[in-house]
Amino acid sequence: MSIWEYANPKKFMQTSAMVLPAIAGLAVVSLVAGLIWGFFFTPDDFRQGSTVKIIYLHVPSAMMAINAWVMMLVTSLIWLVRRHHVSVLAAKAAAPVGLTFTLIALITGALWGQPMWGTWWAWDPRLTSFLILTLFYFGYMALWAAVEDPDTAADLTSVLCLVGSVFALLSRYAVNFWNQGLHQGASLSLDKEENVADVFWVPLLVCIAGFVLAFVALVLIRTRTEIRLRRLMALLARERMA
Amino acid sequence: MMPELGKYAFAVLSSYAASFALLAAVVALSWWQGARVRRALREVEDRQGKSDG
Repeated sequence: MSIWEYANPKKFMQTSAMVLPAIAGLAVVSLVAGLIWGFFFTPDDFRQGSTVKIIYLHVPSAMMAINAWVMMLVTSLIWLVRRHHVSVLAAKAAAPVGLTFTLIALITGALWGQPMWGTWWAWDPRLTSFLILTLFYFGYMALWAAVEDPDTAADLTSVLCLVGSVFALLSRYAVNFWNQGLHQGASLSLDKEENVADVFWVPLLVCIAGFVLAFVALVLIRTRTEIRLRRLMALLARERMA
Repeated sequence: MMPELGKYAFAVLSSYAASFALLAAVVALSWWQGARVRRALREVEDRQGKSDG
């Protein structure tokens, strides 16, 4: 079996229909469990006080905002190289979900920053690159909506996605590249010394799992809608020509 | 049961409220768009006597 089998819309619809209930169910369970654990059953941080509870929303959503763009980059490249429609439709489907996570990260970051940094916003390298990534999400979606021919829209949005990837990478690595600004380094690391304390780390991992699964479930749902919409447009066009 | 959030209650509760609202919005939008397209496709397929399996 090859992964390219899923480029066949019929195969994709069959497989996604089978796995979607399990993924959506796991997403709900891990999100509810992680957020309840983090909000109700973790202590305050000795420096941040109760604002540490925002970490369970901010870190997973910021991670997924960047990872969603990376997923869009991979699927856009597959479209540009191999011209698989399901691939570019998955990228289109992921954009509103990625944008939602980006907005959650920005809003929760501002709400955390005001009491901790004394400001809602700073033109810090990571924050600025993240804001530009948000604008790329809006631009990507607007471009899909603006171009009537679906293959031309797919080509143009794929190129835009390649350009926006620079800012997705900068959002992730800006702290390391410039080593300046207000934003701290990664909250999660393979180096245990750099990690947040275990009492925060375990529920945070559960929340991250929940956000990842929610992203996958939503992208599957939206890709299925995009495939059906493509078929609907084809049938209507055939009807008009008959 | 509600944890003591102290002077940061506004920041914490607003973060959770905004996040839940945005997540609910994208779920509802995806669901609604899916249902609308599925219904429209079924109508056209019924009219043309086709099915996507």
